This record gives sequence, structure tokens and C-alpha cells, in this order.
Amino acid sequence: MKISPARVWREKNARYRLEGGRCKRCGKLFYPPKTACPYCGCLEVEKTELPKRGKVLSFAIEHGVPEGFRHQAPIIVALIELENGVKVVSTLTDVNPEEVYIGMSVEATLRRIWEESDEGIIIYGIKFIPTE
Amino acid sequence: MYVAGVGMTKVDRHYDKGFQELVYLAVKNLLNDVKEYSPQAIVVGNMMSSSLYQQDSLAAVVTDAVGLRGKGGFKVEAACGSGGHAIAAGYALIASGLYDQVLVVGVEKMSDYPTSVVTLALAQASDFEHEAIYGASFAALNALAMRLYMHKYEAKREDLALWPVRMHEHGSQNPYAQLRNRITVEDVMKSAVIADPIRLMDSAPIGDGAAAVLLTSEDVVRKLTDTPIQVAGVGLGSDGLDLASREDLLKPISIVVASEKAYKMAGIEPKQIDVAEIHDAFTITALLSIEGMGFASFGEAWKLIREGRFVAGDKPSLNLSGGLKARGHPVGATGVYQVAEVVMQLRGDFPGVKISKAEIGAAMNTGGVATLTSIIILKR
Repeated sequence: MKISPARVWREKNARYRLEGGRCKRCGKLFYPPKTACPYCGCLEVEKTELPKRGKVLSFAIEHGVPEGFRHQAPIIVALIELENGVKVVSTLTDVNPEEVYIGMSVEATLRRIWEESDEGIIIYGIKFIPTE
Repeated sequence: MYVAGVGMTKVDRHYDKGFQELVYLAVKNLLNDVKEYSPQAIVVGNMMSSSLYQQDSLAAVVTDAVGLRGKGGFKVEAACGSGGHAIAAGYALIASGLYDQVLVVGVEKMSDYPTSVVTLALAQASDFEHEAIYGASFAALNALAMRLYMHKYEAKREDLALWPVRMHEHGSQNPYAQLRNRITVEDVMKSAVIADPIRLMDSAPIGDGAAAVLLTSEDVVRKLTDTPIQVAGVGLGSDGLDLASREDLLKPISIVVASEKAYKMAGIEPKQIDVAEIHDAFTITALLSIEGMGFASFGEAWKLIREGRFVAGDKPSLNLSGGLKARGHPVGATGVYQVAEVVMQLRGDFPGVKISKAEIGAAMNTGGVATLTSIIILKR
């Protein structure tokens, strides 16, 4: 399987800039972007770039990784709350797994996230690093 | 609407059996459970035939496996919740008046591939473009909920080891269970780390299996069986595909919505349920299920388990089969196993840990991190 460039390209704003959605009716913000508001069901939503700093709400140290991610193990999967309250699921990097804690301050950084095959394109996206 | 009969294949690593052999064994057992049998349509619950086996058109695999060529049908996919949703689809085919006998089969093959390949296929239950693409496994996403649960409700890691110990105890007495060994809290605490805080013994095993349930209309059920079990309620619900946009990760709205619908349709409250099979792919999933179904307040399930609630004879008695943890979790088949087990509990002929005189039962099955949930209420 090789991922099509178009599949990666159309997600670029969400994945490179942390672009989420804002509901035009209830005003709530959310990530990842969706065509309808996940909270009130309104079909009128607009894109909005989200803040790049936040704190760790929860995290997992993943040792049993999916096929293709062996070289990244262990992966620190984290639920992050950005400064404006929007939550993001991503991974932490440049930190020892033992040093991660709930409440840790982090900021977004652009990194490689997946190399699906030896010949295909390399997929980039936002990971988070500690700010302290 | 009634369940006329049920049949299961032992969950295991069946290296000598493919889809059709697993289904064949389950349906052979079902044939011993009914007086006669002539299903007019087939619904198949399955998650990974396409991602792992490059096999679609799965209903035709099933019809040929059990000599029903010519009968129509389709596969239902709702990740690990496929089986329960297949039951709901079968219910709809009969309730609509289209057919009066529908065979619902759940089947999954998982054991032919290395764990990392199965892990990637299971991760397709999550938001692939925004979670799995980072390498987040299904276990890791559940581990986010588990750590948050322990942090918010001040539960200790050891407290959450009690559930798998109980599940293995139940599983040890169920001839259809994959894991029949007893374990201790210490075994859980020392088992391999999958995605900290989730360890191997917090997790359902990888296995193959098939289960079959024959649904019938009221008009024909007495021809097929002397011990019909009524399908009294069906409820479905969804939550965000991704975890990030959920308002509260510890209150899965799919379970709450599905429960309300199923209870209302059956005219019951959760406290009336005698016996239930709930979805415990991981220990945290059991806690969220118990709370979402209204068997405990939010944040209280772990305390009630520690106090000895939900054992055989309690109301409700939970997962007497051993649950996903010990009976096993052939993902898309699990919901059909649960309905078969609850039917046997209500009839009093379940071959493992059982309770007597159960009147009302529930089967709760979910795909993803409680992303797509079905709840089936059964009455004697």
C-alpha cells in the first residue's frame, strides 16, 4: 500500500498548522476539523488556526506499536489541552517517557509522523515537546 | 421478536480453520439448539475480513459455509461492535416484516498475523487520519482514558486489576472461553506493558471465533423452539470518532444514548437487569460501560467492583462468560457471543458460571473507544 499524495495534501492545514473548526452557531472550537459542529450539529462551521501551546491532560507510553512504527517505539501518545481549551490527540517527542506527567506544559512542533513504505511519501504532522 | 436458538465456536487461535470452518461449527451447534431451521436471510458481523484477509462479500462466504446458497444478506461493520450491530440489523429485517427468520453470524479471524499487523488493523477503529497515523494504537487510546480515570477518581492501579482477575475466574469455567487460567492481582501488575498504564492482562486476547443467533418473528418461533427468549429492546449510539473532540472522555455518550433507547423500548430500568455481558476489551472499557449503562454513578464502578459487586447472583451479574478479557474477543463476532451467552443464562443452560431464575438480560457491545455502541435487552 502506498498513500496517495492527494490524501496527505488535503489534510495539510490540520496537520501542519493545527487548523481546527469553529461553529458559526454555538461558537465552540474543535479539533480535528469537521464539516459539522460535534456539539450542536450545526452545518455551518469555519476553519480556525489553534494556539500552539497547552498542557498534558493524559498520556500513554505505547510499547506495543502498530506495524510500520517499530523504530518510533515507545510512542508517547498524549491528550493535550491547548491554551484556549481545545483538545488534541498527538504524540510527545524530545522527552523521556519517565519525565512525562499530567499538567506538563508542551508546545507544537512539526515532525515526521509516518513513513508508510520505503518508496512512498513521508508524512509530516504536529507533535508536542515540553516547554520547561 | 425472539431468539429461537444460539450456537458458538470456542474462541481460540484456530490455525486449522478459516472463516467458513469457524462459522460451520457455530451453526452446527445452533442446529442442535432448535427443532427446525430455515433462515431466509443472513447478517454477518465482522470487522477485519477486508483489512486482514482481502475478503469482502462476507455474507456469501457464510451462506456457502452453511448450505444456504441463494439466501440474501450482508456484512455489518462497527469495528469491535460489529456483532451487536449485526443483531440490530437482523432485528430490523424481521421487525419490518420483510422476513420471519434471520440468521445472524459474527465471525473474526485474527491469529494468522503478527501482533503488530493486527494492532494496525485494530487501529482502524479510531480516527485514522488524526490518531492512528501518529502510530497511536487502540490500546494507547484506551490507556489515555484509563490514566485520566485513575487521576480524576483517585483509583489505584491495583484496584483496576480486580476486574481481569474476576474475568479469568469466570472464563476458567466456560468451555467456549479462550483463556481458562486463573490469575492474581500480582500477575496483572507484573504482566507486560502494552501501552502504560494498560498491561497485557488488562487487555482482551487476540483470537478467532464465530457465534450464531437465529432471530424469528413471534408467528413462527414456537415451531422452532420450546424456550424462546424475547428481544425486548434494542438501542444504538455513537460518540466522536476521535477522542480529542469529545467533551468528556469518561462519559461516553454512545453508551448513555444506546442504554436509554434500549431500556425505554423494553420498559425497564437498569436496576431490573439480572444478568449482562458488557464490553471489556480493556479494564477501563468495563468501568465506562458499567457507568454508562447506569449500573454505577460516574467514577464509582471501580469502588463497587472492589466491594464485590456484580459477581454471580448480584443484580446485575456481569460477564459470567469471562467477558472479552477471558472468553476472548474475536472482534466483530463478540456482540453475537454476548447475545448467545445472555440467552443461555435466561434459559438456565449456560455451561459455565450461571445464575438461576434470571428474567431480564442485557448485551452491550461497542466499537472503538465506546464510539459505536449497541445494547440488546432480552427477556425470558
